[in-house]
Parts: sequence; C-alpha cells; structure tokens
Amino acid sequence: MITLTINGKVHQTEVELNEVLLDTLRRLGYKSVKRGCETANCGLCTVLVEDKPVLSCSLLSLRADGKSIVTLEGVRDEAKILGEFLAQEGGEQCGYCTPGLMMNTIAMKRELVDPTDEEIAHYLMGNLCRCSGYVSQLRAIRKYLEV
Amino acid sequence: MKIVGRNFKKIDSSAITSGKPIYTDDLASADALIVKILRSPHPHAIIEDIDVSRAETQPGVAIVLTHKDVPKTRFTLAGQSYPEPSPYDQLILDSKVRFVGDAVAIVAAETETQAENALKRIKVKYKKLEPVLDFENAIDHPSIIHDEEVHFNLPQAVGGQDPSRNIMASYGFTFGQDFEDVYQDCDVTLERVYYVQAAAQSMMETFRSYTYLDSQDRLCVVTSTQVPFHIKRQLARALEISPAKIRVIKPRIGGGFGAKQTSETEIYPAIVTLKTGRPAKIVYTRKETFSSSNSRHAMRLTVKLGADNDGRIRAIDLHALSDQGGYGHHGFTTVKLVGEKSLPLYNKLDAAKFSADVVYTNKLKAGAYRGYGATQGAFALESAVNELADILEMDPVQLRLMNIVQEGEHTLAFDKDIKSSKLDKCIETGRDLIGWNDKPRRLELDNGKIRATGMAITMQGSGIANIDNATAIVKLNETGDVSLFISASDNGMGTDTVLMQLAAETLKVNPEEINLIAADTDLTPYDPGSYASSGAYVTGMAVVNACNDLKQRIISAAAKHWKVDPSEIDIDDGVIHYNDSHLDYIDLGRILSVGPAGGTLVGTGSFGHPASPPPYMAGFAEIEYDPETGVVKVVDYVGVVDCGTVINPPLAKVQVESGIVQGIGYALYEDVRYGDTGQLFTNNFMQYKIPTRPDISKVRVAFEESYEPSGPYGAKSIGEVVINTSAPAIQSAIHAATGRYLYRLPMKPEMILFGE
Repeated sequence: MITLTINGKVHQTEVELNEVLLDTLRRLGYKSVKRGCETANCGLCTVLVEDKPVLSCSLLSLRADGKSIVTLEGVRDEAKILGEFLAQEGGEQCGYCTPGLMMNTIAMKRELVDPTDEEIAHYLMGNLCRCSGYVSQLRAIRKYLEV
Repeated sequence: MKIVGRNFKKIDSSAITSGKPIYTDDLASADALIVKILRSPHPHAIIEDIDVSRAETQPGVAIVLTHKDVPKTRFTLAGQSYPEPSPYDQLILDSKVRFVGDAVAIVAAETETQAENALKRIKVKYKKLEPVLDFENAIDHPSIIHDEEVHFNLPQAVGGQDPSRNIMASYGFTFGQDFEDVYQDCDVTLERVYYVQAAAQSMMETFRSYTYLDSQDRLCVVTSTQVPFHIKRQLARALEISPAKIRVIKPRIGGGFGAKQTSETEIYPAIVTLKTGRPAKIVYTRKETFSSSNSRHAMRLTVKLGADNDGRIRAIDLHALSDQGGYGHHGFTTVKLVGEKSLPLYNKLDAAKFSADVVYTNKLKAGAYRGYGATQGAFALESAVNELADILEMDPVQLRLMNIVQEGEHTLAFDKDIKSSKLDKCIETGRDLIGWNDKPRRLELDNGKIRATGMAITMQGSGIANIDNATAIVKLNETGDVSLFISASDNGMGTDTVLMQLAAETLKVNPEEINLIAADTDLTPYDPGSYASSGAYVTGMAVVNACNDLKQRIISAAAKHWKVDPSEIDIDDGVIHYNDSHLDYIDLGRILSVGPAGGTLVGTGSFGHPASPPPYMAGFAEIEYDPETGVVKVVDYVGVVDCGTVINPPLAKVQVESGIVQGIGYALYEDVRYGDTGQLFTNNFMQYKIPTRPDISKVRVAFEESYEPSGPYGAKSIGEVVINTSAPAIQSAIHAATGRYLYRLPMKPEMILFGE
C-alpha cells in the first residue's frame, strides 16, 4: 500500500512491485497521462512530481510513495491559458502528446527566465509530436510565456 | 462567405487541452480482458506444432487461440473501397509466418502480466524456410512467400500478378508518342536510379482496439482507425459473421498518417470477445507498432528524362520496383500513385511512360503513409529534373515554369483535366520568399559551414476518382440546433471542424448551433474514411449537398407555414425571411414538432467525382551543411501550396508545417532497417529517429489559392501533398553545397561525405 497525493487528493492504493507511476495514475482515473513508448523517449506521460517534470513511465510507483503528483487534470487554470494558445494555432492537433507537452511547458515557465527559441526547443526536446511539425506549438508557447 | 476562410479552433480542442478521456484506451472498461500476441522470431517459417496447454492453465488466462482455432477465409486488412484492390492473402492466424513479428497465437487474460506469463509458456515448433529479404531479388526467388491460393478482386485492372513468382502486382501505362522514338530524338537524356526507404508513420497513439457485446449481443468495436466502415466489412469476412452483427465506433484518434488505414488490431480482441463473450482490448506497444504493423513502401525507382537544349522536357519514363513485405496491403494502389501523382506535373511532353512491379518479401508489410507513393515518385522525378537543370545549365525554377501543367490544360500523362492550378504562382512566391534570386545557391560562411538552397514541386489528389463516395446527413432539431452526421474519421488534423464550417456556411447558421456526430457505423452514413486526401473535398462536398438539401426543406416548410411560394423566402444568419415576417430555426423547429403538419426536417447529400483534383506545392529548402561532420540542418523551409480555397487558415497551415517536417525526417534520418536475418533494428524511438524540436528551426508557409469548381467553396485537399517536396528539395540543396548527387534516402552524413 502506498500513499500518493494526486492533484491535492490523497490516494492509498496497492501497487505491483514493477508497476510504474504512469499505469497507477491511469488506473486511478487520471487518463490525461498517456503512454507513447517503452523507452522513455516520447514525453507523453510527463507529470509533475514534487513540482518537477518527470516521465511517469520511468518512475516505479513504490518510489513515488508519499509524493505529491500533479497531472493535467490538476492544473485547470494554467491549462486553460496554454490550451487556448495551442488551440488558436491548431497546435494541439490529435492531442495525444498535448498533456505531456503542456505539463513540461508549465514546468519550463516556472524554471526558465525569458528563454530563447533554442532554449525552449532544448527544454521540450523530449516531448515528441508527429502531427504539428512543432512550429505552431512554438508560436503558442511563446504567447503563453508572455502571459 | 463568413465561415469558410475564417479561423476556427478545432471542435475538440477544449477536451484535448484539458486531458479528457476521449481516446480508445480511455474508454475501455476496467474489466476488459487484456489481449496479447505471440510473435514469430523467424522471417519465413511453417508452424509444425504449437502447444498451448501450459499457457491455458496459467492464472487469469481466459483463452488462447492458434491457427487451428480461427476461420479459414482469407481477407485483407487494407482499408479500401469495394472491390477491395488488395489481395486476400491473410488469416487471423496462419500456419505459416511471413515476417519477424507476424502473429502466431492470441492470449487473453485478466491482466497484462498474466497475459505475458501465458505467452512465455506457448511452445512452437517452426520449420524455417529460406527468407526473401532483398526485394531486388524477390522475383523468381526459390522461396515462394504466398504458395497458397490468393484471391485478387481486380485481376484486369492490376494487369498481372503472380504470387508463385513473388509478384504481387505488375503493370504499365504509356501516353503520347512511342517513348523510345522521342527519347532517342531528345538533345539531352538522363537515366538515374533512386532508392527510397521504408519509413514508419510514427503517430503518437499506437494501434489499439476495444471490443464488447452490446445488449443485442452485437460485436461493438471501439478502435483507433481511419476506416471504420471498411473495418466492419473486413471483420465480417475475417470472422465469418454477418455485418449486421458488427458496430464500429471511432473515438478521438491520436494520429494515423495512413498507418490506421490498415486495420492492424481489431481482429484480435474481436475474436476473443466472440469466443468468450467478454469485453477485450489490445494496446500495441511502440515496439509492436514499429515491428508488426505497416510502413511506407521502400522502392527502387528508375527515371529516364529527355529534353531539348532549350529546356523543354519531352519524355519521362518512370519504373518502380516496390517492396511489399509479407502481405499485399495497398501494394497496387500505392505504386500507381508514384507515376500518377508525379508525371502530370510536366505537360510539354511528347511521350510518357510508367510501369511498376510490386514484390512480396519476408519483411514487415508495407501500407499507407501520407503521400502514398507520390512521396517516393517526387523524390525520384524531382531529383532527376533538378539534375537535368544542372546539365542544361538552367535555373531549376525556370525549368519548372517552362514545363509545368497549367490551369485549363489536359495532361498527356494519365489524362487529367486540370480545372484549377496556381502552381506557377506557388513557384514564384516560394522563389521570392526564400530569396532564390537574391543569394547564391552556395554560400560559404565564415565558420566554414556552407549554406545552400534547393527546390522541388509536387502534386497529390483530392479523394479517389470514380471510387470514393461519401454521404452526409443533416437534421434540424426541434430545438433549432442542427445535427450533422458524417463519417470522415478525423484522426487529429481537424476534418470534423472543417466539415462543421462547411455546414455552417451552407446553412447560414452560427457554428455553435451545429453538433457533429462522426464515424459510427450504426449512426452515421457511409464514408470510405480518412485517407486519400478526401476529408475536406469528398466528405466536404457531401456536407454541402446535404445542407443545401436541408435548406430547401426548410424553405418549403416555411413557405407552407406562411402559405406563400418558396421563391419568396430567403435565409440569412439562421433566420427565415418572407417580406417583413421572419422565423428563426427555433421557431420552425417548434412548429414542426407539433401536430399533423409537423415532421423533422432531414437533409441528405452524397458526393463522388470522376476526377481527383490535384493540390500543388512548391518547396524551397535552405540548408546549413557542415563539411567537417557531413551534418545537414534545414535552416529555412518555404512551402507554398495551392489547395484551392483555404477553409481554415491555421489548420491548413499546420498541415503544411507538419508535412514539411515529416518530409525532412524522411530526407535525412528516418529509415526502417533490418538485420541479415530479417530482424527489425528500428523498433523504438532511439533507433528510429523522428524529428525533434531542436531539429526544426524556420518553416514558412504561404498559400496561392486557386478555385476548384468541383470542390466545396473551391477547396481541394491539403493533408498529403505537403510531405512530398522536402526530400528532393534537400537533395538538390546538398548537391549545391557539396557537388554530390545522392540517389538514396535517407541522406545521412556519411553518405554525403563519402558517397553511398
């Protein structure tokens, strides 16, 4: 039995020894968290653990015991602002990479001061997207950083 | 026009950006059995014996199926219209495996761990056969990949196939004068051989399907697909059940790019649900998606070009040898587009010729990928035309402007009437935006790196001529809002939004008043699905026709209400006018919901067309080449597109940007690679590199709108044409930088430095 605080709500749950946080979160109903690979390359499953962006596919749920976790479901106001910019550019497209990208972008905004395009690309390098070609997302993220 | 041409957010954007559970796996019930597949380690083998007794008794295992347990009717899973042009050459499970990763057994268990435990306990005795791995030596190879009886629906149209020689399709077209006569008469001739690789579509949501029996014991299939109606038909054949017993539902989809035009996963949970009565789901891993689904057809392309000294291109011959892999999905149709979507770009021709052979090999089957043959054809033909320009010492831009097809012309190659084209403007605008005439093609920078430019043009189609037909239904609800029923199968690009705009424009109502019901074989009308660049054009015209039908019915109903002639009635902004009287749709809905004179108004419309109007594009690449490392970076890419009327500017722009970027990946690093034993090397995102954010800097997009008379408000397609120019434009820029022509994709640094 482990204890996870997810978006402010305390969950106590049994987990398998080899279970990763991604699967635990989806099982508990946080379906915004997506799996896109098995090799920690795609960034789709990015969530905040203790306010830091983490690939939830690469963290054993046991290791997250006692930790505070935030998914896209838990950042409503911030998500609305960033989501609106993405939608205006059509940069969300199929949307499958969007939750992970948004979580990492929210973390980036807290961490980097006035980043250049290159710094943004580098910070978000691990968030793959096949639909957008990235440039519309960069336009949206630039607007979001100005808010 | 108030709605068409305006910016609208995607109708699903708010659900997407708030992380709502709207995708297949989000919707599967928690008690669904987990389905896993045992896969062949051999590229070509007979299953001599298979023992599942230890697997069946593992905890949590509900069922284990082998080739002995499945129906024996062969089918195809290529999602294509009647009469399916791909051969019926597969079973759910076969006693023969034809590539590493082919399905051998199906396991369904309560949990993933239990299913995987059971897989490990299945014992298979294989008799290994010599594999056919080199597609250039597939024809008449001693190993025959399909030695069973294979059914072809289109033997005449295909022109020839012979599975006993590993030939899946073989045919040719000639146009104009005798090719050899013209070719010999040309001042300048050129013959080159190009190789294009297999590439993985790499949509972010892997394949997955969820099945259950509903209250009438019908098989319901919730699946990540581009082709719900085709799947219903395929499942009925594969499972030997009535199509009346099947419902296919497409929820939101995490990308497809053609991969999901093949029904990779539906058959597995479907047979489990039918046999157990339990809900079941399968979610492919990324590894399975790379190694057991489908990829772009690798090809060898031979181009012969003949021209006059003044630059008139008189003769083009293109031959394609296409690597089909183990099963014949999309083989004949993809290779056809290699010629059909490249040769008609040039129309000062005296002779044109296109021929192709498609061969089975013991590799991952090829399938549909954005561009669908046109991408492969564009690399070969455009690279050859650029090389011809160099031989003639002509500007490749000028050479294009001299030779391209013009609006109003009939093409010699493939006999097309071109009713709309601004390709000339696309080329000129692109030339100006990249600064083609303002800088040298090659410029050495102070840091030793070299900047260079290159260009290419391309075309695609809009739907499949004489094949595609979509229907839309639109209903005026008694509350005054409108329900639009379509099956275009949006897989993320915004088709549903564009169709909503077309409906709002035609009915002259606020888009907020339209609710869209999409892609459910029980509820929505037939549509082939989301492929062949058909969404905005084919389904779009069906929507316009349905809405015009409803509009006429609204006018008739209002005329009846006012007891006046319909010609005296006008509709604007959702309000129906007759002199000073007016009714809005809410009023009319209420009137029609009551009493003997009532009745819901429903409009229907269909669309199919004898032509597939081509969208056009000119692409201009500026690269920065590092002569120390051979690394090429695309520092600026200009894409100028004629897709007819632009219905939704931001969504159209993203299509262009994404196509260019996928094309850059195809040009420079994406490559499906195998080992000597037929094992796929590139089965994850570390081995198979798609473009990441730092790879992409400047991508610029412009539109030159023509007006396509057969399309909705003048629109043509945009989804596929955008991927085709990147590789040949970059190839030309690399030549400008290094003096080296590369004839093989991807153009890796070591090839640029040391040759192929």
